[in-house]
Amino acid sequence: MNESTSTDLKRDLISLFRQNNSTLETNSGRILNLHREKAFQDFDRLGIPTIRNENYRYTPLEKYFQGNYEVEMNPNPFKIDIRSVFKCDVPELDTHVVLVLNGFYSANNQFGQLPEGAVVCGLNEASVKFPELFLKHYSHYADTSADGLVALNTLFAQDGVFVYLPKGMVIEKPLQIINLSHSFKNLRITRRNLIVAEENARANIVVCDHTLCNQSYLANSLTEIFVGKNADISYDRLQNENSLSTQINNLFIHQLENSRFTGNCISLHGGLIRNNFYALLNGPYSQTNLNGLFLCDDKQHVANYLLVDHASPHCVSNQLFKGILNDDATGAFNGKILVRKDAQKTQAYQKNNNMLLSSSARMNTKPHLEIYADDVKCSHGATVGQIDNEAMFYLRSRGISEKEAKHLLMYAFANEIVSRISIPILKDRIIELVEKRLRGELSRCNNCDIHCG
Amino acid sequence: MLQIKDLHVSINGKEILKGINLHVKAGEVHAIMGPNGSGKSTLAAALAGRELFEITQGSVAYMNENLLELSPEDRARKGLFLGFQYPVEIPGVSLVNFMKTAINEHRKFKGLEPISASDFLKLMRDKKELVGLATNLTNRSVNEGFSGGEKKKNEIFQMAMLEPTLAILDETDSGLDIDALKIVAQGVNKLRRKDKATIVITHYQRLLEYIVPDFVHVLYKGRIVKSGGKELATELEEKGYDWLKVENE
Repeated sequence: MNESTSTDLKRDLISLFRQNNSTLETNSGRILNLHREKAFQDFDRLGIPTIRNENYRYTPLEKYFQGNYEVEMNPNPFKIDIRSVFKCDVPELDTHVVLVLNGFYSANNQFGQLPEGAVVCGLNEASVKFPELFLKHYSHYADTSADGLVALNTLFAQDGVFVYLPKGMVIEKPLQIINLSHSFKNLRITRRNLIVAEENARANIVVCDHTLCNQSYLANSLTEIFVGKNADISYDRLQNENSLSTQINNLFIHQLENSRFTGNCISLHGGLIRNNFYALLNGPYSQTNLNGLFLCDDKQHVANYLLVDHASPHCVSNQLFKGILNDDATGAFNGKILVRKDAQKTQAYQKNNNMLLSSSARMNTKPHLEIYADDVKCSHGATVGQIDNEAMFYLRSRGISEKEAKHLLMYAFANEIVSRISIPILKDRIIELVEKRLRGELSRCNNCDIHCG
Repeated sequence: MLQIKDLHVSINGKEILKGINLHVKAGEVHAIMGPNGSGKSTLAAALAGRELFEITQGSVAYMNENLLELSPEDRARKGLFLGFQYPVEIPGVSLVNFMKTAINEHRKFKGLEPISASDFLKLMRDKKELVGLATNLTNRSVNEGFSGGEKKKNEIFQMAMLEPTLAILDETDSGLDIDALKIVAQGVNKLRRKDKATIVITHYQRLLEYIVPDFVHVLYKGRIVKSGGKELATELEEKGYDWLKVENE
């Protein structure tokens, strides 16, 4: 990609912003608008990251941004009844469901009675209703000056989901957020979410990314999660979009003392998936677990970038990312553990294991430690390998066919991640989806009209 | 049942087996002994179909079929079983799932429906008891974190589950203490039948006190240099392998 296309891209996006600026300002609450000016300056300076940016070296984003995409500046008037078209989850998965359609919160598709005091609603609506929370948290963890995509998201941010768990709030039922892309035109989508979990709050959040038609979608999503003192948040994400879709996710996690955050990200299907995880351990005795599994074939690309920032002592972090790549698929893992000077007694572990099933699949992995404290336990490791021949022979020598043996080994490889999903029914569901995906079948749910891939 | 004629096997261009002849009939137990590096494990792996080993010459007939043309899984489905000297650890594949898949592949081959859950559980319970395999091991990943003895017992357990016609046990006794050895030998003896045969590969005579062979063959530098009855094992134990070396140098 040469310099001019990158500049052109930036110019086009800036002009898109200028054309729609007044609509954005009119549609959005004051606090969302408050951050556009700085986001504009930062984006103008940074643009879309190119492969010259070390963090994006293996993810040539520009070409994915170049297609002809429409933009919806107002909520899509489609009347979607989520219960009738979207039965992605097994009926037993009893969740509070909310729908985000093309980036806009769909108010008529919220199901389940939340405990009193908990809030789940549209981001824009919330920014007007809860100004003090937004002044405190919105755009405080996502630094627009560090990444052009963060700046771009903040620049165009209009809506998404807002979750508020006040002090001591425990939501037993999982909260399920369904991000749906649905249009008869190629579409550029911006999603912005904010999750605030105050002291001692606890919740399981499940996020499903789906496409409903076989159009090309370019989604730039950003979620900020504040995990207060002693709070415990689990965040399971299932990415299952069509091959023409480009999905960029930025997840900013800010943790206070003794809090815990566990994220499991299952990338089942998609054209390009880029996940950026930023976790800041900003209070002692906090713990971050980030796990990921990605399965890609054809010409798909999945990249996971992580920065786990140990800014306080006595914190623990675990990263385990695994990938299976077939055909001409490419993948990247770029994980960084930063242990700051005062973060003594840190325990930080990172592992990335990949399995290549074809000679043309490519995986680039870059584990990275940066340690400024002297009393820490840290480890990192990465492997890129093929199916184990010894194990294959062992299985076959018991009468198991080559195909089935291969499947067993791939599944075993993937299961190390899937088994970490804490909601049993969701786990079973994902096991089934992963199985189907590994067998080359469509990984969509049996009773769902969505034709992913 | 098994007729090996002039079998030559190479690995990476190096010839390991230099003309093996062996005839095993139903109901027999054959022991193959020999010093380290004589080619015992190569013979076992070549019979099971390990692709790493190249058959350069000779033939192997198994139940009147050309064994060498069959894939490892077809050999297994036709009743051949290899007990590994070094069983592989397979993280993430539970022993239960592994055995269920194997049993069902065998059944499919015979044109049978998959085994019912209750029959499978009963079969597992019976066979575990037969070989004295701890119950909790079957829910764990195959061989992962198993002790040496547990791994070997697991091989015998799998053998009991699959009920092979011809079992080849490659140094199943190595690394076992005497109690584990007895349990493994008992497991083998319980499966001894007139229509089945066993080839026991071992370095030491010790195992043969518990699994009494009909024939003993001594493998040395890729050839069977001596064959005899069970007394040959005792003789070998007394005189050591040096005795052979002197005779065959």
